[in-house]
Amino acid sequence: MNSSVKSPALPATAAPVLELRGVSVEFGSQKVLQDISVNVHRGETLVLIGESGCGKSVTTKLLAGLLEPTRGEVRWDGRPVRSRSAREMHRDRLRYGYLFQGAALFDSMNVYENVAFGLRENTKLKESQIRDVVLERLREVGLAEVVAEKRPSDLSGGMKKRVGLARALAMSPDVVFYDEPTTGLDPVMSDVINELILQTQLNRKVTSVVVTHDMNTVRRVADRVVMLYPLSRVAPGQPQVIYEGTAENAFESEDVRVSSFVRGEAGARLKEMYAA
Amino acid sequence: MSASLLDTDPTPIHTVGRLVTNFIIAIGDLTRFLFLTLGGLMGQLPRSRVLWPVMYEVGVRSVPVIAVTGLFIGMVLAVQTYDTLRMYRLESRIGSVINVSLVKELGPVLAATMLAGRVGCAMAAEIGTMRVTEQIDALKALGANPISYLVVPRFLACFWLIPALTLIADGLGMFGGWVVSVQMLGVSDHFFWLYSQQFITAFDVISGVMKSMFFGAAISIIACHRGFHCGSGAEGVGRAATDSFVCSFIAILVLDLVLVILLNNIFRLLWALGFTVL
Repeated sequence: MNSSVKSPALPATAAPVLELRGVSVEFGSQKVLQDISVNVHRGETLVLIGESGCGKSVTTKLLAGLLEPTRGEVRWDGRPVRSRSAREMHRDRLRYGYLFQGAALFDSMNVYENVAFGLRENTKLKESQIRDVVLERLREVGLAEVVAEKRPSDLSGGMKKRVGLARALAMSPDVVFYDEPTTGLDPVMSDVINELILQTQLNRKVTSVVVTHDMNTVRRVADRVVMLYPLSRVAPGQPQVIYEGTAENAFESEDVRVSSFVRGEAGARLKEMYAA
Repeated sequence: MSASLLDTDPTPIHTVGRLVTNFIIAIGDLTRFLFLTLGGLMGQLPRSRVLWPVMYEVGVRSVPVIAVTGLFIGMVLAVQTYDTLRMYRLESRIGSVINVSLVKELGPVLAATMLAGRVGCAMAAEIGTMRVTEQIDALKALGANPISYLVVPRFLACFWLIPALTLIADGLGMFGGWVVSVQMLGVSDHFFWLYSQQFITAFDVISGVMKSMFFGAAISIIACHRGFHCGSGAEGVGRAATDSFVCSFIAILVLDLVLVILLNNIFRLLWALGFTVL
């Protein structure tokens, strides 16, 4: 597979297509996010990194409108999500495609029905037109027509992710969310998924939000990186977002929490654990 | 002051207070879920592609277990009742005892209990698994309303099909009672049906069927609610299925009592108004 080149990031002055303003999230007594503000600009690829349990997936679900914040505001195109009517919410949500961590394919349907789901639910396309779109999306992610009749349980992890991506792209979204797209995949398949993220960004000019632990993914796809720190270990009065900048600068960061994470060094964390 | 109270070990009053509060919150949440489902019903009805498989699962695939349950309950009732009635030389009236019990109480309650066990647990586990594996989030992300897509078809299937299942349980129960009473214990076939006919009113059958519709609605709502609020992992899914059955069974018993009182009052009112056909 030819390696694609990242597109230049758009200037930061462009209006954010997605925005979190002072957002906090609590599940019962468990606080996950506190006073987070994140912007995503049109056409850019924002990568969220951080330790497991720091709230990356929750942040992505907030941006996608799948969760509501306990406090603060989520904005799409500068307008609060809460101010939208149910009809507007439904219409606007179709602009977003979401690749879930475990692909979240519907067990009761085959691959074809999974990819066709959004089109059947939200458009008046004829079944023949839906079939064309589904097969086209499957081809885009490198899957043969024969896969269309298979059940999700018959697919490997990499194939599930690719079907999930095909499903996310079926409605031609403007923004695509990728929640840990390479987790659990072998290095080659991880690279295939990274390449698909780049191809999607280049060919469709989509805005992308990627949650990952994989530093290869960060290096290859990120225009901008945001690092979250687990709230339980954030010092009082300190922000939960501990890094915001380019991928290159993240690797050069003087903040030991950032540099040790991106380099995969356990030293500082081990000291912290033993001290505790 | 309040902090110091919270720091102390909970007293029995605290525990009771917490239980009552949790119970009220749970009932409120279930009621909200019911209204969301009814709101979903007001919109577009589920597509046949979604509705038919659920109706097949709830209706057709429940027939064997409900038929067997009804048949054996009728047979057991006959065996249990026969000796007592024989002591008073009233064994010819066994048909009325069995069939009235079946039509008014045992048919609807047993059909509902079997549905809660077979279908309700499966619904809670299926939706719970969908929640744990983010398939419910995927529905939302793909522009489908999870309540309309998952709950409304299950609600309609249970609500529409439980009357048929109840009548099957009633019918098979009567047949089982007849086999034991007439074929095995030697009760007169003529008197078995004569007294059955004399003691069972149309109102008994209608009220049994009406009760079953409430049971079906309660089973589907409770099962789907438990699925939507499923905890994480295999343990969470298992607990959702168990909770679904326990809560449904309690709901069936409570609803049965309330509906019996209500329907009996309606019956008396209609009798007073001259609706003697009932």
